[in-house]
Amino acid sequence: MLKTLIQNGRVIDPSQNIDRVTNLLIEEGRIAAIDVEPQSDMKVIDATGKLVVPGLIDLHVQIREPGFEEDETIESAAYAALAGGFTSIAAISETNPPVDSAAAVTYLGRQASEADHCNVFPVACVSSGRQGEEMAEIGILHNAGAIAFSDGQRPVSNPELLRRALEYTLMFGRPVLNRPEMVELSRDGVMHDGSVSTVLGLAPMPAEAEDVMAARDIRICEATGGKLHLLAISCSGTVDILRRAKDRNVGVTASICAYQFALTDLAMRGFHTSLKLNPPLRSQDHIDACIAGLKDGTIDVIASGHAPRSSEKKMCAITEAPFGMVGLETALGLVSTHLVHAGHVDWPTIIRAMSTNVAQVLGVEKGTLKPGADADVTIIDPDANWTVDTSNFRSKSFNSPFGGVQLTGRAVETIVGGLTKFRYDES
Amino acid sequence: METPGFLEPFVGRWTKRHLLDLESLTSDEINLLLDVAQAFKESTQDCRHKLPLLTGRTSVNLFFEDSTRTRTSFSLAARRLGADVIEFSASSSSLSKGETLLDTAKTIQSMCIDTLVCRHKAPGTPQMLAENLDVSVINAGDGPHEHPTQGLLDILTIRQHRGDLSGKTVALVGDIAHSRTARSNIWGLQKLGAKVIVCGPSTLVSRRWEEYGVEVSHDLDAILPRCDVLNLLRIQFERQYTRPFPSVREYALLYAMDQKRMQRAKPDILIMAPGPINRGVEITPEVADGEHSVILHQVNNGLAVRMAAMWLLSAGRAS
Repeated sequence: MLKTLIQNGRVIDPSQNIDRVTNLLIEEGRIAAIDVEPQSDMKVIDATGKLVVPGLIDLHVQIREPGFEEDETIESAAYAALAGGFTSIAAISETNPPVDSAAAVTYLGRQASEADHCNVFPVACVSSGRQGEEMAEIGILHNAGAIAFSDGQRPVSNPELLRRALEYTLMFGRPVLNRPEMVELSRDGVMHDGSVSTVLGLAPMPAEAEDVMAARDIRICEATGGKLHLLAISCSGTVDILRRAKDRNVGVTASICAYQFALTDLAMRGFHTSLKLNPPLRSQDHIDACIAGLKDGTIDVIASGHAPRSSEKKMCAITEAPFGMVGLETALGLVSTHLVHAGHVDWPTIIRAMSTNVAQVLGVEKGTLKPGADADVTIIDPDANWTVDTSNFRSKSFNSPFGGVQLTGRAVETIVGGLTKFRYDES
Repeated sequence: METPGFLEPFVGRWTKRHLLDLESLTSDEINLLLDVAQAFKESTQDCRHKLPLLTGRTSVNLFFEDSTRTRTSFSLAARRLGADVIEFSASSSSLSKGETLLDTAKTIQSMCIDTLVCRHKAPGTPQMLAENLDVSVINAGDGPHEHPTQGLLDILTIRQHRGDLSGKTVALVGDIAHSRTARSNIWGLQKLGAKVIVCGPSTLVSRRWEEYGVEVSHDLDAILPRCDVLNLLRIQFERQYTRPFPSVREYALLYAMDQKRMQRAKPDILIMAPGPINRGVEITPEVADGEHSVILHQVNNGLAVRMAAMWLLSAGRAS
């Protein structure tokens, strides 16, 4: 019987309000106990000076297989996730064909199983073909293994469809993940609408495009009693609207992408296509509001917003480049550097937003170190200084604006089901 | 050929490899470009004579957007300096076969060229090429971002007619939101001490320009008496999804420069337009062809400005 003791780490588990230096025992792929003294039959992992936390979960990973394997495969995304400290990812369909059939959900699960890296939870489409018109066969998709429903980067523009979807998913207890963006207000936009876009002449994506849609989505959620998660919010107005909704106990949650905390729209002055992101990099006032929202629990989740694009798709004019950057392998480092080391939030807040809350939003039995839970554990060196080297990415794509940037804090060991699936090698 | 005497004072004073915008230039650099352009103009009888200053060098016009006057002006400027010129159109290139923009540019670079003159509808494209190539890049207009040589020729025209720009008030009227000419004018004029007003419908003239020291107005009649120069910019219908004003008729009523408005202007007001002009929309024919108009001077100055830019970036640059 294999026993592994993670010794002398700072164990942080928001699900049990644990934050102390102790030992964690893993046995037969499950969490066995904490505060256990080492025995001769245990394999010991020395975690002195490290954080030992429930495995990180990313609920916003764009999956590009099938259809766009040049960007990313399920296998490469799951491998990149491990390198970033994620033991589970929710795979949101940006595929061709879209994940709107039981076969597609099954295929995703099979590819993930064959890759045998991290847990991959399929997120199926809300609408058939992601066309935003007819509701997909949500019950069949649920039975096939879909844990949530989303049209990915394409917002559900039709309010009637959203209303029906939120009502219908109630039967299965599954959330709808919707990206709040009123596309008529941000059409052909490239960057945040502000004084920087005014000077650069780049088409703007106004904050109101997000605020207005978020308000609409929340109101529909409130009316239906459904489970709505707003993907990748970025604006102060949205944070305000969310905060008021939560005060009314509306069943809405929200996530933000880690990159939002690292850069402002000023970075767009370089016109680099790697910075063409949706939602775009915002101005400092929006970032400050989002940090406040994270601190007071208005924003529940930090995601990577992983959107891999092969190099050739970004080697073009900025207006023609697709949105997105790879994020799985930099998310934790960005958050550690720009939120924790910058003094804005503490590690328990981060772990809650990157594990415990994510499991709750997705309704999966993860994100905890309670005895009996799957032994998904991430060991983090909070003080590790490292330089992002895109050529070392496990992702198939390298479209990151953070190449060459020094970060502090990273995952050093990622354990899935009790097995070490990734260990950081400094050399 | 040895450097002719009229250019001697300018040799080695330019340090930049590219000309991408006016925002990043100092007032000294802008004045140097203007002075060299003026020198070319005076010493070559309005740039009619050829000067073999760039013999053996090759300039490529890489234009991804339609252009007649700018492309012709750059071609002529290069030829007047003795350079070889290659014309390159996106429609006839491998881009239409799926090659990336950067690969296309690198292929052209490998043919031993010296200067790349780039026009593209996307802001920042010349900058992207400059960062990835080993040749000098001149921005010939990148979407609504900048058009530095147009800005320079506008400023040169004002300087020729009104002298020092310090204290002068220049109004840019029209579609500021989509105008690269407006942005280059704003930076260039402000750096040389002019006061800049942007004027037009609130949907095309953002209040955010006030953050950059620019006065914002939506009332042409109100600002007109204060203006020394009026630069009337074209409405860029092709860059707009929804019309930012109810009708062309209404726009013309509010913002077209006509004879009636000329009565409200200073007696020596200078009327400019970067072209192509929409007669009857931004400017009436009588004003466009009137005694205050210097529109054709602008076109003529374009040649001198582009000769100056090409010479400074190649032969006149500090080693």
